[in-house]
Amino acid sequence: MSVKKFVVGCFDDEKVLFPAVAKVRKAGYKLQDVYTPFPVHGLDKAMGLRDTSLHTAGFIYGLIGTTTAVTFMSWVFTKDWPVNIGGKPHFALPAWIPITFELTVLCAAVGMVLTFCYICQLAPFIKKHHFHPRATDDLFVMVIECTSKTNENEVKHFLENAGAQEVNVQVVEDGWWIGRYDKEQQLYREPIVA
Amino acid sequence: MSLTKYESQLREPLVDGKKTYHDVTVDIVHTIEAKPTRLWYIGFWVAVGLLLFGVYSVYREVTYGIGQWNVNRTIGWGWDITNFVWWVGIGHAGTLISAILLLFRQGWRTGVNRAAEAMTIFAVMCAGQFPIFHMGRVWMAFFTMPYPNTRGPLWPNFNSPLMWDVFAISTYFTVSLLFWYSGLLPDLATVRDRAKTKLRKHLYGIASFGWTGSTKHWQRHESLSLVLAGLSTPLVLSVHTIVSFDFATSVIPGWHTTIFPPYFVAGAIFSGFAMVQTLMLVMRKVMGLQDYITLGHIEAMNKVIVLTGSIVGCAYLTELFMAWYSMVPYEQSAFFESRLSGPYGWSYWLMMTCNVISPQLFWFRKLRRNIAFTFIMSIVVNIGMWFERFVIIVTSLYRDYLPSSWSTYYRPTIWEVGFYLGTFGLFFTCFFLFAKYFPVIAVAEIKAILKTSGESYKDEMAPLENESAEKFNKDMHHGDHHNGHDDHDGDVTFVKH
Repeated sequence: MSVKKFVVGCFDDEKVLFPAVAKVRKAGYKLQDVYTPFPVHGLDKAMGLRDTSLHTAGFIYGLIGTTTAVTFMSWVFTKDWPVNIGGKPHFALPAWIPITFELTVLCAAVGMVLTFCYICQLAPFIKKHHFHPRATDDLFVMVIECTSKTNENEVKHFLENAGAQEVNVQVVEDGWWIGRYDKEQQLYREPIVA
Repeated sequence: MSLTKYESQLREPLVDGKKTYHDVTVDIVHTIEAKPTRLWYIGFWVAVGLLLFGVYSVYREVTYGIGQWNVNRTIGWGWDITNFVWWVGIGHAGTLISAILLLFRQGWRTGVNRAAEAMTIFAVMCAGQFPIFHMGRVWMAFFTMPYPNTRGPLWPNFNSPLMWDVFAISTYFTVSLLFWYSGLLPDLATVRDRAKTKLRKHLYGIASFGWTGSTKHWQRHESLSLVLAGLSTPLVLSVHTIVSFDFATSVIPGWHTTIFPPYFVAGAIFSGFAMVQTLMLVMRKVMGLQDYITLGHIEAMNKVIVLTGSIVGCAYLTELFMAWYSMVPYEQSAFFESRLSGPYGWSYWLMMTCNVISPQLFWFRKLRRNIAFTFIMSIVVNIGMWFERFVIIVTSLYRDYLPSSWSTYYRPTIWEVGFYLGTFGLFFTCFFLFAKYFPVIAVAEIKAILKTSGESYKDEMAPLENESAEKFNKDMHHGDHHNGHDDHDGDVTFVKH
């Protein structure tokens, strides 16, 4: 985590955003992220992000649930305390299906949500810099990181030409933190209609 | 989870009015930012009053024992288990809307899924109270958990359907809560970023987990939603299946049938959609959400009601047929002497009228799109579904195998009724708080479908509508290639050059 300089361009239309993303990548600028108010389909591919493997994690968590349920119930009923229930078999696999299924689902769901929160650094009290308050409302906010070689004015012009409605430069902390770090945090003001 | 980008003009818009993204945000979020209305306070305090009455009823039951209720030998399951099954059933519609309709790519779910999921969570909370307090010694409830204990360790009986219920209901509650809350994160972030007071910014900041809207996070969020939907779909079917096992695995005439799982699941969805209608019709009016919960949404839900109502009707008739066909005198007695006639015959016919006969009126399009009629029907269906559970439980129990142990007429005490009213209090207290402090419609999801299903954008589809299929396909393909992403959901919006 360190303080970095970013050029921020705000777009108000996906139709403009997509070609802009392609141009930025072609020009070789370092695209930090695009913040959108809703999932824009195909944007991840356009930005060159690889597919998420979260669902694989979910599958593994599910398997853990299945194994736990089956091994635990068979241990309890055949080894630890074999109770004679009306002379029925101790190893009663069909009767364990409901609980095995429920535990599979429970483990997969809980595990996936926790993993999701962990890899996205989402938790209560976590704070991050928000590049534009309207990124969760109606703007698509493209953030380009400035490296030592970047000419920020050039990037600003570039974004304006690509169709950005609003362009600015922000020097901010990258990443997340906990507590009262963000003195610059501002409250919302109604956007002024031109 | 991608919804198809191109949508025929023949389909009704899902979002009425010429909305922009910002309009969507304002329309849905403004009730959170405004002070609660008088009506809200009245509703909320009535709900809290009911809740307190319920708490007192439960206090009586815990202190003096199950004798405070009129359940007896042989009617061991009276109002409480009836209410339990009724509330769980109501919960099912929320999961159906949020999960099953997501997998089926039904765009209209976005208007109602958030509130329906909230309904699910609150309904399951209410449902859980009944078996817990029915235990009598409620302070022993934790014995159902398989933890290493000093009694042996003595484990619960994993072969028992009542034990399966513990796992099913608790899993269902947890997964529904996770699904609901993970969907809420982006919308809570929207409220946070619009906050005009420090307190609101702080609280919604905590609640939104620091959501930024990063593309990578959205990608994972989509994957998470899709997998949770895939998990919830068999889960919701399993939950009411297991609830029906509570009955079906017993050897009580009238309960011991293999038709119970599908019959219960259909009934659950049926009653759940009725409850969604009751809530949505009031909510859209009071909160001014008519553009998002349109007549089209109401009609779609009424179609589900008529479908599931007919399935339930089929199940009722099948039960009667099987009782006759089985030639088992006990089974026949349970159905033809204890249900269709006898002292509780009125409840059977009330159930039949409310669940099977009256929903058939929804075959008429005029009535499906009539708000007042829908509202009345939604109440009728919920009364009918409550009586379905009452009929199944009480009419199978009040006449035992020996006439000497036949029950006297079962009537609930005021504390039994009070417990039921108390869960209404709990449900509506939660729902009022939800309606005030949470975005009642999934803001981000509405925005995602706005440009395909919004009223103003429908017109833009006109040129595509008239195009030949060959040209349309060619353009789609070309457009995908041009934009450098191989997403074949067809992002027509970006294709038009």
